[in-house]
Amino acid sequence: MLEDLLDVVKLRFNVNTAAENDKDDEKDEKAENKVEIPKDLAFKCPRCLNMIMTDELVKNLKVCPECGYHSRISSEERLNLTVDKGSFIEFDKDMVSRNPIGFPGYDQKQDELRKKTGLRDAVITGECKIRGIRCVIGIMDSRYMMASMGSVVGEKITRAFEYGAEHKLPVIMFTASGGARMQEGIVSLMQMAKTSGAVGKLAEAGQLYIAVMTDPTTGGVTASFASLGDIIIAEPKVVIGFAGRRVIEGTIKQRLPDDFQTAEFMLEHGFVDLIAERKTMRRTLAHILKLNGYKPAEEV
Amino acid sequence: MEMNNKLTPPEKLDLIRDKDRPTVRDYIPMIFDEFIELHGDRYYGDDRAIIGGLASIKGIAVTVIAEVKGRNLNENKESNFAMPHPEGYRKALRLAKQAEKFHRPVVCFIDTPGAFCGVEAENRGQGEAIARNIMEFMTLKTPVISIVLGEGGSGGALALGVCDKLAVLENSIYSVISPRGFASILWKDGGREREAASIMKITADDMLELGVAEEIISEPFGGAQNDPKETAKNISEFLLKTLKEKMAIDIDVLLNERYTKFRKIGEFEEL
Ligand SMILES: [Zn+2]
Repeated sequence: MLEDLLDVVKLRFNVNTAAENDKDDEKDEKAENKVEIPKDLAFKCPRCLNMIMTDELVKNLKVCPECGYHSRISSEERLNLTVDKGSFIEFDKDMVSRNPIGFPGYDQKQDELRKKTGLRDAVITGECKIRGIRCVIGIMDSRYMMASMGSVVGEKITRAFEYGAEHKLPVIMFTASGGARMQEGIVSLMQMAKTSGAVGKLAEAGQLYIAVMTDPTTGGVTASFASLGDIIIAEPKVVIGFAGRRVIEGTIKQRLPDDFQTAEFMLEHGFVDLIAERKTMRRTLAHILKLNGYKPAEEV
Repeated sequence: MEMNNKLTPPEKLDLIRDKDRPTVRDYIPMIFDEFIELHGDRYYGDDRAIIGGLASIKGIAVTVIAEVKGRNLNENKESNFAMPHPEGYRKALRLAKQAEKFHRPVVCFIDTPGAFCGVEAENRGQGEAIARNIMEFMTLKTPVISIVLGEGGSGGALALGVCDKLAVLENSIYSVISPRGFASILWKDGGREREAASIMKITADDMLELGVAEEIISEPFGGAQNDPKETAKNISEFLLKTLKEKMAIDIDVLLNERYTKFRKIGEFEEL
């Protein structure tokens, strides 16, 4: 009896949210138009090793249709998939790093990457709306030095949290990183303190921080702001961990299981709140923002 | 300060790995009038890579939290070569929160190659444990003073390094990753460790220059191991002076200064 009743309630709840989402999604342009079409004809999935035809991959928002691995996408694609069209106002667009320890080749490497990616460093930050709700967003981009955190990444992320605290806005961070940026030496380590301290400022201001862990979230970023979300979401099958898998395998002299340091592993061990698919991420974020009391901004 | 033993970074690397270099177990009885060790993180276990407890220095009660290098193989086995697991960082946070509650300053001794990289450490959330410490220490409402005794390696060091004043022993190093790790990641050759040490900017002088540390504690000629008592005396003097200085500051001002100290580290320009 009670179970039947629960089922009815569940059904209604699902029907209602689904209907609402469909309505909202109609206003959106087709999600698959928001990801870039790769030049290669096929994609070899690093998880299941299947070859996926490019059009199939694009249709599936660059998620492997065989195993569900959520492959890496650019910050621009992520932005298109996540925020209301035309709502993004970028912060600190022109910030570039110096070479604090004078590491040979660092400046040239960055010049090359800037040309290749059109980015100035490994994160974009700004203010946006998601289904009308104002928020601060940061998106790390693994194409730029595996989104390692140096002075620019640290400063932009810190400023984004401080902006959220000052303007009473929630902050959403899409994390991806190989860790601290070795080329900046100890200065990169200190960015962990800066960013984590800034998360504290947002908390003091009573605002929500949602971390969305994408492939790969590791090292000093896992050991700082990425792990400090009030709510931590992960994309399916992505790598999340502190130490590198190969470092650990080298120490214990044996192969680790395939699911070690995955989103699912982190969920099972209690370090992730939920796993959400890319195609539902926007509505998941909007839903969480709403349930935390954030309302769509008045149409002006 | 008299710098009577200017060594190159690779020479410092050798010195801090010298088996006779004093560890925190040597220093504690020489620096503090008393020490009562407190164990456990209250969630999982008691990590021997980090010890903590109540202590007093010239009558000032403090909480001590320290990474422990062993003086021999047995001690190193027990303390896992000073590479903490998550429960070590969680014990540190528990004791820091306790210190806050009873208005005791916290004194942290850093001496670690880094947080432990292993299956169990990942299972129990090594990243989360370090992140939590960094964030919580930033707003801990009591003075925090940290000292690098030998090796300050990566996030494993920073987890005890968010403080109002960081001092580094003259020959100690502080780095984003061990020089060997740096060489193996950037040059795919861990053997170029000494070369890495030379360019990474990891010495006490570098820390002052980069705004990471505020003070250098001098070591006797030939390094701390040549006269542990003298080194302990230098550490004590620094601690007493700094405790008095920081305890006199209004806590809101102190927290603001702590945030700003880290906030301003970063080298970038806006075009
Ligand atoms: Zn796959």
